[in-house]
Amino acid sequence: MEMFAIIIGAIFVNNVVLSQFLGICPFLGVSNKVDTSLGMGAAVTFVMAISSLVVYLLQYYVLVPLHMEYMQTIVFILVIAALVQMVEIILKKISPSLYQALGIFLPLITTNCAVLGVALLLVQKEFNLLESVVYAVSTAIGFALALVIFAGLRERLELADTPKAVKGVPIALITAGILAMAFMGFSGLV
Amino acid sequence: MGKNLSTFTSGLVKNNPTFVLVLGMCPTLATTSSAANGMGMGAATMFVLILSNIVISLIKNLIPDKVRIPAYIVVIASFVTVVQLLMQAYLPDLYNTLGVFIPLIVVNCIILGRAEAFASKNGVWASALDGAGIGLGFTLSLTLIGMVREILGNGQIFGMDLWQGGGALIFVLAPGAFIVLGYLMILFRKLTAKTK
Amino acid sequence: MVLVLFVICAVASAAVAYVSQITAEPIEQAKQQKVVAALKAVLPEFDNAPVAASVEGFEGAYYEAKLGDQTVGYAFESTSPNGFNGNVKLMVGFTADGTIVNIEVLEQAETPGLGTNMTVVDNPLLLSFKGKQAAEMNMTVKKDGGDVDALTAATISSRAYADAVARAYAAFKSVTTGVVEAYTSATQLKAQAEEGGAACGNCTKEEAKECGEGPHGKCHGNCKHQ
Repeated sequence: MEMFAIIIGAIFVNNVVLSQFLGICPFLGVSNKVDTSLGMGAAVTFVMAISSLVVYLLQYYVLVPLHMEYMQTIVFILVIAALVQMVEIILKKISPSLYQALGIFLPLITTNCAVLGVALLLVQKEFNLLESVVYAVSTAIGFALALVIFAGLRERLELADTPKAVKGVPIALITAGILAMAFMGFSGLV
Repeated sequence: MGKNLSTFTSGLVKNNPTFVLVLGMCPTLATTSSAANGMGMGAATMFVLILSNIVISLIKNLIPDKVRIPAYIVVIASFVTVVQLLMQAYLPDLYNTLGVFIPLIVVNCIILGRAEAFASKNGVWASALDGAGIGLGFTLSLTLIGMVREILGNGQIFGMDLWQGGGALIFVLAPGAFIVLGYLMILFRKLTAKTK
Repeated sequence: MVLVLFVICAVASAAVAYVSQITAEPIEQAKQQKVVAALKAVLPEFDNAPVAASVEGFEGAYYEAKLGDQTVGYAFESTSPNGFNGNVKLMVGFTADGTIVNIEVLEQAETPGLGTNMTVVDNPLLLSFKGKQAAEMNMTVKKDGGDVDALTAATISSRAYADAVARAYAAFKSVTTGVVEAYTSATQLKAQAEEGGAACGNCTKEEAKECGEGPHGKCHGNCKHQ
């Protein structure tokens, strides 16, 4: 039941992009086409699942026993950056086809604040190991969901006749605002 | 001096990080529910930006090219942690409101972007000014967005009532952030297009 | 190359460690100050430095306030998980005889503009508790047959608030009488009562059974016959 609440909460109610404002850069940057957003969503899910696991182990088996909690930010960002590199290298070796699909998105993920944000939040929320991974994966699914919906909207928006000053980011932001309003309808679901 | 001045002012309008470069959107949207919060976030970011610019321009010749990005990240993350600890100690209320977005200054593209594009190629003094200019541009933008949202959403400015009865709360909530930023960006484009 | 990176890391962590050391005390003080400020707001005048204590059957901490040698009141950090959007955490202050002095909201994530009105000065929710003798109150919202005025359009938030106060009062009784008062939330009671045949807002199982049988039950006022 608790797990269910975490999953629904992370995907819909507290959607990372539309209500927590994490990962806005890729949300605005790579959401032009549905295909690319799916690829990005998959890459983020992959990295978040692994990074949440590693971050959890680091926090509770290294930083806390050493009383170095204040090093959290520095350690987490370095670990995530290294992890992304590693995933890229391993993926290239093991599964070239998967690398073909996700490869170009991987370098972008280091600066995706949703990954570091989730790492910090799962420590703040005092989740256990399983909860952490479930939370990270559901958050990533929420991210992918918002990205894909938004890409669908933007594909149509491209064809619309908008004034010059409004074109591009501004109209995307206003559309995102309306989408966020729709997601507010989920509040109170859990 | 003229060059230094233009380094400083370009961050305010021509290279405004929020409205022109569209960088650092996460804190811009998340922490501008009131003018004071936006200003606090802007100031924290400016602090990190100036100091990391200074340090990076100082050590730029010592760092081998291959490891420069991780080195920059370490420098930035250290300053962010310092800000985090100082705020926790001396501004606990603001720290609680801004929450996870303080440590997230690390991944704010503005800071790593300036380190890579400016501080790694310029002297200490120019880098400090560049950091101050961009940081101030960011702070002013955030304060402006916060102000608009606070006025429309709560009928308040910096926590003082402008009129009785509040406002349309949607502007303080998530959708309002996107919409206000969208419209302000349109306005900014119109205004700068005219002055050209 | 690796050496340079290593040196940078070492210098950076040393600097951060230094700052963390000098800020450790102010951070602790800031946290302490927050608790003290909340205590001052919810308790009658006191002159000791209350320390956090715990009591069986209650999750949060509680504080005993003294003026001279005499205990003048207790404050409870009480959390209800039933908020609209997560936990509602309150600091509830009682005088030694069980009158509610004041309540401060410590943490909440309710809907802005509706549930968040619980933090507004003198909101109806707070006023329905403030200055009341806790023992004479039915701590559920009027919609559920209690004495608490709910916030407009925020019944769930109001229920959570009332629930947190009720939890604090149960703990107050445990502390003052020395007998552990097991607290069961309104929802749990409802489930129990349904097992027993009646749906009831906030009676014990026995009372619920009783009130299910007729209009003159002990707990009648609080029951919703379904």
